[in-house]
Parts: sequence; structure tokens; C-alpha cells
Amino acid sequence: MGNVGIVAMRELRAYFATPIALVFIFIFLTLTGAFAFYVGGFFVRAQADLQAFFVYHPWLFLLLVPAIAMRLWAEERKTGTIEILMTLPISTTEAVLGKYFAAWAFCGIALSLTAPMWITVNVLGDPDNGVILASYVGSFVMAGAYLAIGSCLSALTKNQVIAFIMSATVCFLFTMSGAELVQDFVRTLAPEIVSQAIFQMSFLAHFESVTRGLIDLRDAVFFASLIAIWLFANVVIIDIKKGS
Amino acid sequence: MIKLQNLVKRFGPLNAVNSISMAVGRGEVVGFLGPNGAGKSTTMKIITGFLPATSGTVEVCGFDVGEKPVEVQKRLGYLPEGAPAYGDMTPASFLDFVAQVRGYRGAEKQVCIEQIVEKTSLKSVLDQSIETLSKGFKRRVGLAQAMLHDPPVLIMDEPTDGLDPNQKHHVRNLIREMAADKAVIVSTHILEEVEAVCTRAVIISEGRLVADGTPEQLIGRSSIHNAVRIELEPAELDLAKPAIEALDEVGGVDILSRADGRASLRVVSKDGQPITVAVGALMREKGFNITEIYTEKGALDEVFRQITIGEDGTEVNRG
Ligand SMILES: Nc1ncnc2c1ncn2[C@@H]1O[C@H](COP(=O)(O)OP(=O)(O)OP(=O)(O)O)[C@@H](O)[C@H]1O
Ligand SMILES: [Mg+2]
Repeated sequence: MGNVGIVAMRELRAYFATPIALVFIFIFLTLTGAFAFYVGGFFVRAQADLQAFFVYHPWLFLLLVPAIAMRLWAEERKTGTIEILMTLPISTTEAVLGKYFAAWAFCGIALSLTAPMWITVNVLGDPDNGVILASYVGSFVMAGAYLAIGSCLSALTKNQVIAFIMSATVCFLFTMSGAELVQDFVRTLAPEIVSQAIFQMSFLAHFESVTRGLIDLRDAVFFASLIAIWLFANVVIIDIKKGS
Repeated sequence: MIKLQNLVKRFGPLNAVNSISMAVGRGEVVGFLGPNGAGKSTTMKIITGFLPATSGTVEVCGFDVGEKPVEVQKRLGYLPEGAPAYGDMTPASFLDFVAQVRGYRGAEKQVCIEQIVEKTSLKSVLDQSIETLSKGFKRRVGLAQAMLHDPPVLIMDEPTDGLDPNQKHHVRNLIREMAADKAVIVSTHILEEVEAVCTRAVIISEGRLVADGTPEQLIGRSSIHNAVRIELEPAELDLAKPAIEALDEVGGVDILSRADGRASLRVVSKDGQPITVAVGALMREKGFNITEIYTEKGALDEVFRQITIGEDGTEVNRG
């Protein structure tokens, strides 16, 4: 196991060392269920798919992912353990990636615990499992994108609450920019090309096409480059801010 | 094994480290002394590759820390100020993590962890979360983390700060044991610690290296080095003082106290040479009734104050 793996394992263990992980998973499962069944009308739709479940993921992640990400670096800087971590023979990039992958894996665990839903629709009907799988992958990747933002912004401060608010805000912008309401508003103000550009930056737009079962290379490139850019910024910020 | 050259670190307008050059070789234990805010911790953070220097170079075991931080960090153990550690981990899992990062695997890892747990006496708390440990144990976890891989270079920032006398003793012994084949830098505010563990003391003030020598050499710089303390009858004081002052070797005589039927004098040596024999002979010759006579070595803390308090008498303190 390389350094990235070692850092990731330590971090992942840290999630489960406290009740935070369980509380988080409980909240996540409750909310996804509540949204799917009550707000999304899972039963009312009487369709054997998980659209009602996935459609709320961007909004859930908006709050829950910054909550996972906020401690990644802010806590390390607050307690001074960053001084231990960054003077071990690990590069900044390895440390950033290790922590990021741990948080992402944690999201993956939470997400995979919603599998009973998938089983339920298969028992009740005959869903398109390909679409559901694609949606799961899309949801996971989107969580990764939110996390990259959260991880980067958590490096800016020693205060986890500030880290949470900053990343929730930025994630909100990246999500909202695809909402029709915002798009209509932008179109009235700016030329088509600008609103298109903003639309292209939206998680909603990319995620929705995935949940319809279309895995487009452009969506993959979008999320991959977004994650790469935020993590790169994360490394730069750590190098600049770690000592202060 | 450690070489600093014209090391400078600026924080905005503040020169935290101001052109420090020094070298530390194998077997040396160097004590960093200096007032709060002198730049000790900052210097250490640069050596360990945590902070980049503004200018100047640091070499550890032949590697430049700016260019090859990871190579330096492999050969270095570091106890940061206050010994931070992951509070929700147990010492066992924390040391396991550090051992893995240090490249130990499997049985070799177990042996290495067992050894350091033995050395730092952590066995009884291995499975308790670090945040619930007492300060002494927390510090030992920090030391274990730093020494686990038996590094050739060891940097410790105030390793005994806030420990009880027994723990201090334990930590100092640990440092002494480890030191033989290493280059060690420790910072401390406890001056007797320097005499107890360091082969060399360096005083840093306002980011500058202002004194460098063995603890004995530094003590030799004390203004009262080799002064003689005499206790005698107060009645004889007025006769004795001028007689002693008349000696060539004597730089001055201070009356320290005059109470309870005893007077206490300090005879300061003019050029720091031993004068006890001469003063003692004079006392006998004149038949003064002295109850006590001994040589003062001077103390590091006095030298420390002498060196770090500015000419105008104001304390140099930017902490
Ligand atoms: N990240 C930072 N940003 C700005 N100034 C800093 C920073 N770190 C340290 N300083 C300043 O640099 C100076 C040296 O600090 P340093 O911590 O090295 O002192 P020290 O000798 O270790 O003191 P102490 O004995 O109190 O531990 C201080 O004036 C401190 O305020
Ligand atoms: Mg310090």
C-alpha cells in the first residue's frame, strides 16, 4: 500500500472512531428515504425505477458532503496535527489525495447502504438496472466533485463551521446554476453563450443526463477535470497555509 | 548532519529567523534557548520541511530540505511544539499509522512498534484514545512517534514542557539514551535541562544566533563566574570589605544581605579566573570569623538574561 492508501486508511478509521460516521449515515439514509417516498412520490409514480430517489441527491449532497469535508483540513490545522502529517515522508499531493479518497470512500459506503431501495424496486417491478447503475455511478462521482470543493475550502480555515458554510455556498452555486429558475433568470440578463457556459458548469445538468441512463464522455470529463482542479488548488492552498 | 546556512524566515515585516548559520554533527545534543518568540520553533519547522525558508539553505544528511523534503523527512524524527496527535486515535493505531508511513510492514512493523512502546512506557495506555491521556502520556506518544524509526536526526520542540519532575527525568533519560549516534536538537525554557542533556547550547534572540558553546562555556560567560560567596559576622563586614577589595584579582564586592547576625558577601572575580584560594588565604591571614565560603559557578539563567535582554534593559520579547 502506498502513502496515499496509508493516509486514506487512517482517515477512514478516524471517521468510524467517533459516532459522527454513524450519525451521518443515519441522516443520509433517512433523508434519501424521506425524499424518495414522500417528496418524490416513489409509490405514487407507480414506476419501477429510482428516479424519485436520485433526483434529490444533488440537494442532499449540497448539505451532507460539506459536512463530511469540513473537517478534512480545518481540523488538522486547528489541532496542529498537520505539522505531524506534513513532516512525515509524504508529499502534499499524497496527503491531499489520501484524505480525499477516504472521504469519498465514506460517501461510497453511505451510498451503498441505500441498496435495499434498489432491491425493492426489483422485487416490486422490472426496472432498467443499467440506468440505476449509471445513476449510482453518477451520484457517487457527483459526491466526489462536491467533496473536492469541500476539501479544498476546508484547507482555507481552521474553523470547521466556516469551512462548512463556504463549501456549502460554493456547492450551491455549482448546483443551482443548472436549475431552470436560474437559467431563465440568467438568459434575461446575459447572452445565450454566457448562460450556456454557466449551465455547463452545473452539476444538475450533468447529473440529470446520467440519471436518464446516458453516460456521456463529456459528463465524465466535466467531473474528472472539476475534481482535478479543486484538488490541485487544495494542494497549493495547503502548501501556502499550512504554517499559519 | 544538520547544516543551516544564512537561514532567514520572514512573516510579513517580521524577521522571525534572521540569518542563522550553524552545523550539528553526530553525537551532539544541541539545546535551543531563547525568549518566547525568539524563532526557535520557526527554525525547527524549517529544518523539518514544514515551513519554507525565505532564504538560506538547510541540509540534513546531505539533502537540501527545500529540494528534497521527503528524503529529509525520512531521516528525521520531529516532535512539534505541544506534541499534537490525532485525539480520536489510540496510541496503538497512531503508531501503527506512523510505522506504515515510515515504510515498516508486517512483523518488522510489530517489532519496531513494540520496541518504541517499551522505550516510552506506553504499554498501559495503548488502547485508550489519545485525547483522554494525561499530558505526560500524550508527550510520550509524540516522542514515540518521533523516535519510532530510530532516525539519525531528531528535532524536539520543548519535549519536557509541562511535565512533572518524574516525567521530565524520564524524557531526559530517553533523549540521552537515544543521542549517542544521532544529531539532536531540543528547544527548552528549562535551563538546567540544558546542563542535564545537551552537549551544546545555542541561544537565539530576535531570530539571531547570539551565543553558541558548551553549557560550561556559556556559564563561563556569567559575570559572577568564579565569584566567591562569604558569610561572616556583620561586625567584621566593614573591615573585611576594603581588605578584599584591595586584592588584585578582585573586581568588586557586593553585600548581598545583612541580617540575623550574619552578613553575606559576593566577591566578583575581575577576569573570571578562580579567586577562592586567594580570598580564603586573606580571610585567614586577617583572622576574620567566616562561617561559610564557596565558589559560585554562575548560572545559565543569568547568562541567558545577560545575553537576551537588550542594552537598554528592556526585555527582548516578541512572543
Ligand atoms: N505563521 C506565522 N505567522 C506570523 N508570525 C509568526 C508565525 N509563526 C511564528 N510567527 C512569529 O515568529 C516569531 C518567532 O516565533 P517562534 O514560534 O519561532 O518562537 P519561539 O522561539 O519558538 O518561541 P516560544 O519559546 O514561545 O515557543 C514570533 O514573533 C511569532 O509571533
Ligand atoms: Mg516555540
